[in-house]
Amino acid sequence: MIEAETVSAANAPRVALKALDTLWFQVGGTLCNLACTHCFVSCSPTNHTHEFMTLGQVRGYLDEAAKLGVREYYFTGGEPFLNPEMEAILEATLAVGPATVLTNGLLLSPSRCARLKALADATDYSLDLRVSLDGYDAASNDPIRGAGTFDRILAGVRNLADAGLNPVITVTEVCPEAATDEGKERFFALLRSLGLDRPRLKILPVFQIGAEAERAGAYESWQRLRAGEVPEDGLEHLQCSGCRMATDQGVWVCPILVNEPSARLGDSLADALGTFSLKHPACWTCHAYGVSCRT
Amino acid sequence: MPLRFPAFPEHRGLATWGETLVPLAEFRAAAAGAGRALGDAEREAAVRAYRTEPHDSTPIEGPYSRVAVFGGVYNNHFALAALLEDAARRGAQAVYCLGDLGGFGPHPEKVRPLLAAGGVLAIQGNYEESLAAGREDCNCGYTDPRDNHFAAISYGYTERNCSPEFKTWMGMLPRRRRVRVGDRELLLVHGSPRRINEFLFRSTSPVPFLEVQLDRHRCDAMLCTHTGLHWHRRLPSGRDVVNVGVIGRPANDGGTSVWYALLEDYEDKLGVELVPLVYDHLSLAAEMRREGLPAEFVETILTGWWTTCLEILPARERAASRY
Repeated sequence: MIEAETVSAANAPRVALKALDTLWFQVGGTLCNLACTHCFVSCSPTNHTHEFMTLGQVRGYLDEAAKLGVREYYFTGGEPFLNPEMEAILEATLAVGPATVLTNGLLLSPSRCARLKALADATDYSLDLRVSLDGYDAASNDPIRGAGTFDRILAGVRNLADAGLNPVITVTEVCPEAATDEGKERFFALLRSLGLDRPRLKILPVFQIGAEAERAGAYESWQRLRAGEVPEDGLEHLQCSGCRMATDQGVWVCPILVNEPSARLGDSLADALGTFSLKHPACWTCHAYGVSCRT
Repeated sequence: MPLRFPAFPEHRGLATWGETLVPLAEFRAAAAGAGRALGDAEREAAVRAYRTEPHDSTPIEGPYSRVAVFGGVYNNHFALAALLEDAARRGAQAVYCLGDLGGFGPHPEKVRPLLAAGGVLAIQGNYEESLAAGREDCNCGYTDPRDNHFAAISYGYTERNCSPEFKTWMGMLPRRRRVRVGDRELLLVHGSPRRINEFLFRSTSPVPFLEVQLDRHRCDAMLCTHTGLHWHRRLPSGRDVVNVGVIGRPANDGGTSVWYALLEDYEDKLGVELVPLVYDHLSLAAEMRREGLPAEFVETILTGWWTTCLEILPARERAASRY
């Protein structure tokens, strides 16, 4: 089928779930109001690979997660705020633990930001928003995220700041300066200019799968993990030793591999407590770059 | 044949499978056939196995009726001296330290004789672990270059001014202790029962998570530090989790006091008191200046607000912060 499938599972190291600390929800499915050229899950307005999750589906996993002592919840998509039940889902989640929403920032109207602030104030736990941005200006951001998005993202971030919320801005290394100290300082300055006097930033490497493979090229055949080449404590640092991803299609190993049927582990969290074979080339990126999708 | 992505992906009726588009039904069928579908009994067994922790042979100390527990000295020997007096005055029968003796403040060697004189029973923090192992930095790994700059100054100063004997002693400290207060067994750790450098902030340590940790590690109360911010949560099961805070610097709350915890045996529950400690912070600030430590660190001592390394704070704690 695809190249990854030709890598023998027998050659790949297996990683155990040390503790299920982070439960992700593909709450927006693969549906997005953008079609970014570097999206590793190729989300778009017409991608129904994974659909929106319902409040009922999320509640089921939250109940199971409480028995397992999950520590934190992350929501992604697609675009989570396209999901009409998103705010109700957040309210239910914040009753049992801290929540982080990964958003493209386009649906952050002043009224929504005010409601999110009210949700944050009503709970004992942290509510965090993470907004994606891929450049300091429209010229660098818009070719990746879409025409006109830079101004709309900044407007959303400003609305969050005005409501008293302090989002983390996530930048991928599609923006090459992002990983340098000077580049970070430039982002901090941009965020201060939007009213965020305590700017927060997360830099992520890119995964050469999905739309990104088309944009910048897929993995080379040497970019694979092989058993014996990764020390045991290296496996413990992989995020799949501490997370699972729930979608409307069941439970998957991590947020990266939701477009790989072989990365689906079962229907329930209890089904998904076993080991996982790191045979996918994206697993190489997580290991080589020490990636965590957490903040 | 699977389709390659067009420049603008059109997914109608198709699903992304790795780098290709396939009919949605094909993806769904492959996904549905993958993974496990355990029966109810197997699921219960899987959850039980997941929650079982190997036996812990840490010896149990006590029993006491009242103990004092503190963390994060950060070379603040003025606060440590004040704490030992305060704990004695309040009738603590034993005094425990949860680690992070160094960093931030002046004169690491002034801490050691106070610990000995006070009979303090300590465990290892990540600072002790790094110093004893000869690490070159505190390994905080901040995103903000400014944070990394100050973290390096903080660690470098302590590393240079700490004797090899003190570092060796640090390396021999246990990673955890178990202490009985009345009938209850307290587990003392630095970060969490799982990791020396895990941050347990109030806003990111939910009740179900803490209940499972206390089940797995078989204790009636768990005491930790590492974050610099003190909090106490009584769980629905009646057990307690206490982050005792730190005595090295204020709790990012605009006050100059530092914090520690007193644990006391009440018949029906564990008495938990988080104690604000007043100490000679002006002398500390003067000594830090004489040692050439950053003005930003001195400002924290004098104002009660953290000025660096705020990146570790979760959204809720960061919102309550000045910087």
